[in-house]
Amino acid sequence: MCFTTFGAIFLSMAKHWWKALAVLLVLYTIIGGFLLPVPRLQILHETIRNLYFHVTMWFGMIIILTISIVNSIRYLQTQKIKYDIVADASSKVGLLFGIAGCINGSLWARYTWGAWWVADAKLNGAAISLLFYFAYQILRSSITDETNKARIAAVYNIFAYVMFMVFIMVLPRMVASLHPGNGGNPGFGKYDLDNNMRMVFYPAILGWTLIGIWLLSISIRIKKLQIQNE
Amino acid sequence: MNKYLLLVLSLLTALPNIILAQMPTNSEIEMADAMVANGKIYVVVGVLTIVFVCIVTYLIMLDKKVSKLEKQIKK
Repeated sequence: MCFTTFGAIFLSMAKHWWKALAVLLVLYTIIGGFLLPVPRLQILHETIRNLYFHVTMWFGMIIILTISIVNSIRYLQTQKIKYDIVADASSKVGLLFGIAGCINGSLWARYTWGAWWVADAKLNGAAISLLFYFAYQILRSSITDETNKARIAAVYNIFAYVMFMVFIMVLPRMVASLHPGNGGNPGFGKYDLDNNMRMVFYPAILGWTLIGIWLLSISIRIKKLQIQNE
Repeated sequence: MNKYLLLVLSLLTALPNIILAQMPTNSEIEMADAMVANGKIYVVVGVLTIVFVCIVTYLIMLDKKVSKLEKQIKK
């Protein structure tokens, strides 16, 4: 009796360990992120801790949207609908992370740069990238035929990902920008991100991304149940 | 020879100053030191932890519910 219970717990641990890891890492981010020491910097003051909650959103978004494009390519190669489901669900979770990153970035900007939004290459690029993925969802919902929907959406998704990379990684580095890491401004990595911050920042990226993958897995499973039920 | 030795020695004595200059020891910059001193920061961390744990509990329940539905459909 006792043995089987432990066996069940062990089996469930073997299957769900990464969810536990996600929760532990984000808990560590919340606790360590507020209590561990950070560099004392002008203008930023304590808001430097936003790094663990703002930058990680964008890292998570990039990783999850990479999952999306990989599955779109796989769909085009194999025509299997399961890849289309993953691509769709991951673009939704990516969008969720992107919206969260955009809103909390805006709040952060208000108290460090003095405005909710500035006409900045990085910010506008991020906003345009979000629009690309909104358009992806609108495109999907506008086509009723399932195979056509999957194929056109997959092709569009590849285009959207490339433009997303150009708008948030390439263009902001070519012009002047307030945002760290662009146009002559130092990235956090160079001067500001000390070893204390790295100890929270890297686990935070992994934790938030795994939470995103958990949400993704639930939404994929619900979508599959819907299809099976039809 | 003596010149080089002098150069190395002066660099070595300057080194701690160079490192110290780059360390964030500037306590004039305003941080939430009071919150850390009186322990109110733990309240913030506690509240956020509770919110996060609640969301995770809901996620676990949702996960289990989906598993149950998957088993039902398999039958």
